[in-house]
Amino acid sequence: MKSLAELQAIREKMQNKVVLREGSGDIRVVVGMATCGIAAGARPVLNTVVEEVSKAGLSDKVTVTQTGCIGICQFEPVVEIFEAGKSKVTYVKMTPEKAKEVVQRHLKGGAPITDYVIKDI
Amino acid sequence: MKELSLNILDIAQNSVKAGASTIRILLTEDAETLSIGIEDDGCGMTADFLASVTDPFTTTRTTRKVGLGIPLFKLAAEQTGGSLRIDSVHESVSPDAHGTTVTAVFYKTHLDFTPLGDIVSTLTTLIQGQPEIRWIFLHTFGEEAVTLDTDELKAVLGDVPLNVPEVIAWIGDYLKEQYEAITSE
Repeated sequence: MKSLAELQAIREKMQNKVVLREGSGDIRVVVGMATCGIAAGARPVLNTVVEEVSKAGLSDKVTVTQTGCIGICQFEPVVEIFEAGKSKVTYVKMTPEKAKEVVQRHLKGGAPITDYVIKDI
Repeated sequence: MKELSLNILDIAQNSVKAGASTIRILLTEDAETLSIGIEDDGCGMTADFLASVTDPFTTTRTTRKVGLGIPLFKLAAEQTGGSLRIDSVHESVSPDAHGTTVTAVFYKTHLDFTPLGDIVSTLTTLIQGQPEIRWIFLHTFGEEAVTLDTDELKAVLGDVPLNVPEVIAWIGDYLKEQYEAITSE
């Protein structure tokens, strides 16, 4: 069984890192989590982004957050990527598979995947 | 919504938006019924808003004039022969004790019962998004229960926030193991 002792171990491991993380977070990933997003499948998309960012070792650089209705409900699940000095990238009709690719190619590789980006509203 | 756990995720976001500092998600199950309670200590609703809150044309969102969260949850309950009720005390009425409780009862044997689905993912999603809120979860099946109280985790974690990926993964596994312990008996 999972024990609180394991949580204590995570704390000890993380404490040094947490200090580093404050003030960084160069990239912000925002997942729409209103009724429209949830009904369209935003929950597994968010969970995939969180897991893959961690697996790719990007936790210090990337912050994953949630937001309400972005206003383009027909394109949900929507994932927005904000990066300092660059224009916002809006991914639409996301799936866990596409989310994995975005973490690898965009967040890690630095190249937005234009095929998944919103075309016109 | 394909799973009731998605409705729970959606309804709990209303509690977040109401500025709650503690949100309780209480599931009580027996052979025939599943009762889902979402209780918060947020700002509450005025009597007027409460009277119209199950109407799809009542919403707090600013991007659309419709809000389907509560109507969908109500429909999911009523289509099983169950019901949904909302009790709310607005902060203007009672500055010290305010908040909203949404309670829905489902008949599990009804053909139109929506399965609960992945409630663990709903909880990790809520905690990941709002780590500063105290989340209390209790799912009881007769004598047995699955529980989580983020304040207990915070006591161990100290300065480390709940939304660190390693902690979120631990919470997911912690809940899954509790469910496995019940189903394997």
